[in-house]
Amino acid sequence: MTTEAPIVIVGTGLSGYSLAREIRKQDKDIPIVMVTADDGFSYSKPMLSTGFTKGKEADELAQATSEAMIEQLNLDLRTYTTVTGIDTEAHELVTGEERIRYSKLVLAWGADVIRLSIEGDGQDRVFSINDLMDYRAFREALAGKKRVAIMGAGLIGCEFANDLRNGDYEVDVIAPSDTLMPGLLPRPAAEAVKSALIDLGVGFHLETVVDRIDREGDGVTLALANGETLQADLVISAVGLRPRTDLAKASGLEVNRGIMVNRALETSAPDVYALGDCAEVDGHVMLYVLPLMACSRALAKTLVSERTEVAYGTMPVMIKTPCCPTSVCPPPSDAEGEWELEQDGNNVKALYKAADGTILGFAVTGSYAVEKQALSKEVPPIHD
Amino acid sequence: MKKWQCVVCGLIYDEAEGWPEDGIEPGTKWEDVPEDWVCPDCGVGKEDFEMIEIG
Repeated sequence: MTTEAPIVIVGTGLSGYSLAREIRKQDKDIPIVMVTADDGFSYSKPMLSTGFTKGKEADELAQATSEAMIEQLNLDLRTYTTVTGIDTEAHELVTGEERIRYSKLVLAWGADVIRLSIEGDGQDRVFSINDLMDYRAFREALAGKKRVAIMGAGLIGCEFANDLRNGDYEVDVIAPSDTLMPGLLPRPAAEAVKSALIDLGVGFHLETVVDRIDREGDGVTLALANGETLQADLVISAVGLRPRTDLAKASGLEVNRGIMVNRALETSAPDVYALGDCAEVDGHVMLYVLPLMACSRALAKTLVSERTEVAYGTMPVMIKTPCCPTSVCPPPSDAEGEWELEQDGNNVKALYKAADGTILGFAVTGSYAVEKQALSKEVPPIHD
Repeated sequence: MKKWQCVVCGLIYDEAEGWPEDGIEPGTKWEDVPEDWVCPDCGVGKEDFEMIEIG
């Protein structure tokens, strides 16, 4: 019975559409149903923090409408459809009233933004930007405005800070850490990005948090824990992402930080797979593009022909801060070694080396950023 | 001369222009771009580019 059912993919972000594209490279006809809670536009999430730098509106960052994707990839696409359950026994995906039978089910529904609960009546001025529809709403609200406060100094907060300055907005960044992108960048590289962003005109308020956001006229006043107050028209909340696991857990799948899958992207339930920002692949939660591209290629083979395990190579992360181009490949958490540093102003080359000289990770900024490809070849792959 | 587009981020490689920042001369055909060249915007490899027809 189930052999007649389609492959069902939940999510039309980069993971979902990349997987569908990889499947179609091998099989033009196998039925694919895609289910998405949003409008099904194809876009690249990392590009959402480049709108002003590229001079593009929200919809110009989209690459294709849902109609174009249906035609391009020969899909049965259900937009504005929210999944409410997975019946793994019956091989059925539940979307409210409807049940969609699957031969194979792929969860590619991404990650949720973490939202802080902050006091004050200015909450409707606070935006989290996690998808194209969020970005559209933000850009609409931004029309005619001047000042943006960003909560969070992680990769997304820093990229938006740079992009909004390129759009000539006044930008303040507030974060509890004492530097930028802690946990991703070694300190000298983080300081280089910070110094370049300061030169660009970004105001930093580190080692403090936002206590209150209150309406004031058309904008808001932010009261910081260190006693400072800031005025802004809009606030971006960029304090982190969390893989979406609730529905998987409620459906009996094993979850940890993400939905747990092995290197064949198999969850604990038969014929149910996961990839992208919602998945914890062989213990790795990596919310970046390269891992999901590798996963979509392997999984397409598994779904169409034979079971294939993904092999992660080196996974460098590009940080899109054009004022100080940066690329980082963090060393594994259990790596033993030391950082070795070359520095000339905001140009930093930091290599994490083992005792025998093997490079286990790196961070390069400014003029050293061009060395990212050469360095990536030196770092041992995640999977041998 | 053809144009190729990164399916991930939409970046366009124009053979006529090459990519001089990475030492790829104008007029370099896609097949002659080094296999290890990666998208300058998002870091994916050559395999994630597809040929597109533009105007």
